[in-house]
Amino acid sequence: MSNYTDRVIKIIAHQAVLEIEDVKETDTLEELGIDSLGLVESIFAIEEEFDITVPYNANDPAENDIDLTTVKAVADAVKNLVENGAK
Amino acid sequence: MNRVVITGQGTINALGMNVAETYSAFKDGRCGIGPLELRDVERLSIRIGGQVKGYDPEAMFNRQQIALYDRFTQFTLIAAKEALDQSGVEFHDELAQQSGVILGTAGGGMQTSDENYRSVYEEGKNRVHPFIVPKLMNNAACSHVSMTYNLQGPSFTVATACASSNHAMGQAFNFVRSGMAKVMITGGSEAMLCFGGIKAWEGLRVMSKDACRPFSANRNGMVQGEGAAVYVFEDYEHAKKRGANILAEVVGFSMTSDAADIVMPSKQGASRAISGAMKDGKINPDQVGYINAHGTGTAANDKTECAAVADVFGHHANHLMMSSTKSMHGHVIGGTGAIELLACTLALNESVIAPTVGYQEADPECALDIVPNEAREATVEYTLSNAFAFGGLNAVLGLRKFG
Repeated sequence: MSNYTDRVIKIIAHQAVLEIEDVKETDTLEELGIDSLGLVESIFAIEEEFDITVPYNANDPAENDIDLTTVKAVADAVKNLVENGAK
Repeated sequence: MNRVVITGQGTINALGMNVAETYSAFKDGRCGIGPLELRDVERLSIRIGGQVKGYDPEAMFNRQQIALYDRFTQFTLIAAKEALDQSGVEFHDELAQQSGVILGTAGGGMQTSDENYRSVYEEGKNRVHPFIVPKLMNNAACSHVSMTYNLQGPSFTVATACASSNHAMGQAFNFVRSGMAKVMITGGSEAMLCFGGIKAWEGLRVMSKDACRPFSANRNGMVQGEGAAVYVFEDYEHAKKRGANILAEVVGFSMTSDAADIVMPSKQGASRAISGAMKDGKINPDQVGYINAHGTGTAANDKTECAAVADVFGHHANHLMMSSTKSMHGHVIGGTGAIELLACTLALNESVIAPTVGYQEADPECALDIVPNEAREATVEYTLSNAFAFGGLNAVLGLRKFG
């Protein structure tokens, strides 16, 4: 697991009120009990942690170009945003 | 129960400085949303809004007044003057004591808060202007209307986010209907287009960066506006006796609470408010010709609202028109219901239905006649105006053509 994954899991576990070891890469955020408001809060925490801007519009999640369905997808998206300098 | 009629209306919003200019924009399908002009706009990711432009406070108010009037109060007083000039009602003696003001706002004197937080936090100042509190309080606009026009009866401010104005007008309606007041000045105002106001909304990630396109499949969120609209709600017998011109009759009102979610709307809560307003006003569903939608341009609202209307009206849902004028003036939050009621008075008085502009792609989940892009001529007898607020607080007002 990458450093990104560890840090993303920490944020998601906090949001889902779970222990870090109970959050797996393959879990979907929905399975972890994170609803639409929880997702917006998680994205805010991720943006603060990594100093990035995640292009996410909560209005219609299906319409977003970014995949945030699973913990791994979120970690990959964060890695991509950090390494490609999206601010 | 007394009959309640509207004898005056006034506004200022992104579409115009008065009712005539706003009606003209509704008829032309003109959009008032554009680039925001405000301090630190470059630090915002949302840079559009329905801003009142070309407005000079110093041309309307003197320096002592400006020291006490936040922008939301200024908007209220401008709209109230137009409404009261049109109505011609004057408040003396007993009538003054039997008349009051009920207004809606969500943020109140937000520009005053924004400027003064800057001053003490960012600039490190340790002294603020002595009138900050009376300027920013949510009831400032209501109180200044009461003082300006000598309204000594029941007066207060309602804050129910995006339904504030509808809740306020519903209270005013019931005060006159029940005989607790003869005349009520009512409506709402919002002036949240400042750095802090937009920044807070940005955080929720439901704002559009390019346009407000209610009911269009490619909509991508809401756009904020600012402004006010104020009405004179008057006891019919009183209005008749003084030979007042009557714009419409207020016939029904209902409010419900979803009791479910702090931001997501509920179809049941909306349906109950719509059917409740019709029941209150003894309106048959097939008499409703036009609904001014809440129509924010978010997927959550638009789909829920269309489903609620389809549920309540059944087959008649395909025969009524429902538009969202937020597509033109933006979402005026606590003032929005008041500004949107103008689309109802326009429909009843001039037989013109204001359009939903910016409409580009049909959405099967919003398959109602939303009067896309162009105003339409149609005679309607009854209108409804919907407001569904964050926090699940819903308020729907029904008007009837007078005469």
